[in-house]
Amino acid sequence: MCGIVGLFLKTPELESQIGRLTAEMLAVMTDRGPDSTGFAVYSQPRPASLKFTLRGGDFAALPARLAARTGVDVTLDVRDDHALLTVPCTAEGDIRAALAVVSPETLIVGAGTRMELYKGVGLPAAVSARFGLPGMSGTHAIGHTRMATESAVTTAGAHPFSTGLDQCLVHNGSLSNHNNIRRALVREGQVFETANDSEVAAGYLSWRMGRGEPLDQALQAALSDLDGFYTFVVGTESGFGVLRDAVACKPAVMAETEDYVAFGSEYRALTKLPGIAQARIFEPEPQRVYFWERAA
Amino acid sequence: MNAVPMRGDPAAREIVDLSATSLRELHQVLHGLGPDTNRTAWRVLNPQGRHAVAVGLDALIDVIVEGHVGYYAAGMNARASVTINGNAGPGVAENMMSGMVRVRGDASMAAGATAHGGLLVIDGNAGARCGISMKGVDIVVQGSVGHMSAFMAQEGNLVVCGDAGEALGDSLYEARIFVAGVVKSLGADCEEKPMGEAERAILQRLLDRAGVTKTDAAAFRLYGSARRLYHFYVDNANAY
Repeated sequence: MCGIVGLFLKTPELESQIGRLTAEMLAVMTDRGPDSTGFAVYSQPRPASLKFTLRGGDFAALPARLAARTGVDVTLDVRDDHALLTVPCTAEGDIRAALAVVSPETLIVGAGTRMELYKGVGLPAAVSARFGLPGMSGTHAIGHTRMATESAVTTAGAHPFSTGLDQCLVHNGSLSNHNNIRRALVREGQVFETANDSEVAAGYLSWRMGRGEPLDQALQAALSDLDGFYTFVVGTESGFGVLRDAVACKPAVMAETEDYVAFGSEYRALTKLPGIAQARIFEPEPQRVYFWERAA
Repeated sequence: MNAVPMRGDPAAREIVDLSATSLRELHQVLHGLGPDTNRTAWRVLNPQGRHAVAVGLDALIDVIVEGHVGYYAAGMNARASVTINGNAGPGVAENMMSGMVRVRGDASMAAGATAHGGLLVIDGNAGARCGISMKGVDIVVQGSVGHMSAFMAQEGNLVVCGDAGEALGDSLYEARIFVAGVVKSLGADCEEKPMGEAERAILQRLLDRAGVTKTDAAAFRLYGSARRLYHFYVDNANAY
């Protein structure tokens, strides 16, 4: 099973509500995925800064240790067992290297100018509350409630998966050729943290985009390279994409208004969105790339 | 069976608001109606995409659902007439036995799956696998249907006023498939058939019952089973 929700805003009016709306949508998807929950929120970038979402390690001591090693000013906002580390974007490489030394047990869950990514084991409402999702604002958000099939129920196995700056993917389904694709991508230098099939899909798209392809082209290529069942929802710094495999047995409903594009595994996840009664409701077709991009 | 004749005053429909009443309570009332009930007209408000709305009905009643529904709406329907003023999720009217189900909007995948009888009308489009394993139901879709519709269909009629997706009628046993628009591809063992007077009469009757006025019966082509998968051919033994 698994449940997916997503919200991509076209106008700024709802930006302050995106966390609350996403949390409500996730809670409705509890019975599709009670194991774990995760979400990515694309919030306003801080000038010339990069955000790392981190998990694990001693957060209290981390800013001082990083500053001492890199000479760079960092800020750290702890959210439950994750933390948001904000650093000057020129220091990305130094910070990554320093983090591996001063706090090797700390994982980078995601990084980007806009994207923050939190996930954990537990019911959607509990996970959302732990990280303060209802209070978050942003331009787009993607969430996932997991019912595990292909790998263990752990925080690392929860979605979204991020394998590139400001890139994340959630998946409902199961891939059948993920081990082959993973081996090929590892040879290309892509790094994977888990044995999860969905992470391979994320890595595949990151690899494509890393070669200069836009998200819609990368999704188009995925149709021929990824085998199995999938409904994907993908976020980039300014984009939002949806893709379903040819068989399309994993459900998907979309709603579009002047103000937003919303995705739900089921319509009931969308019922509390403002203006939903007037929205254009449609089922995304199999093997068709859906993609929205906002002006930066 | 024709659409259920309306008894009682339609303006005096009994209203069940699912924002205030549980689905279970709705079903307890509807399932408890006797064969000679006078409480024949119902209106269900605020379904909010819930699953299994108005399922398992078995009485000559008329139910209007005001809004979008989730999975399996009006599943297992017998004798009742259910109208959904919205979209339906996967498996609407699955395993229907008799009566009529109408979806005013679009239906998701597997509409009318395994249904034995009755009439399912979808005013909009239907998703993938519409009429999968249908066993006698009549389905009329005013829009288009997705891929693998009428997969392994055994009996009944699927009428598509729009287009049909890939692999229409794959592994068809029997059942008639009428399509007015473009068929993207036919599935294994599905072929076009000549339309005779008998088939044309069946089609016309279904269009009339469904209230289709925008598509003329003359626009349809008929597809059915080539019956080549009925038996095992020993020449194919080496393929296994």
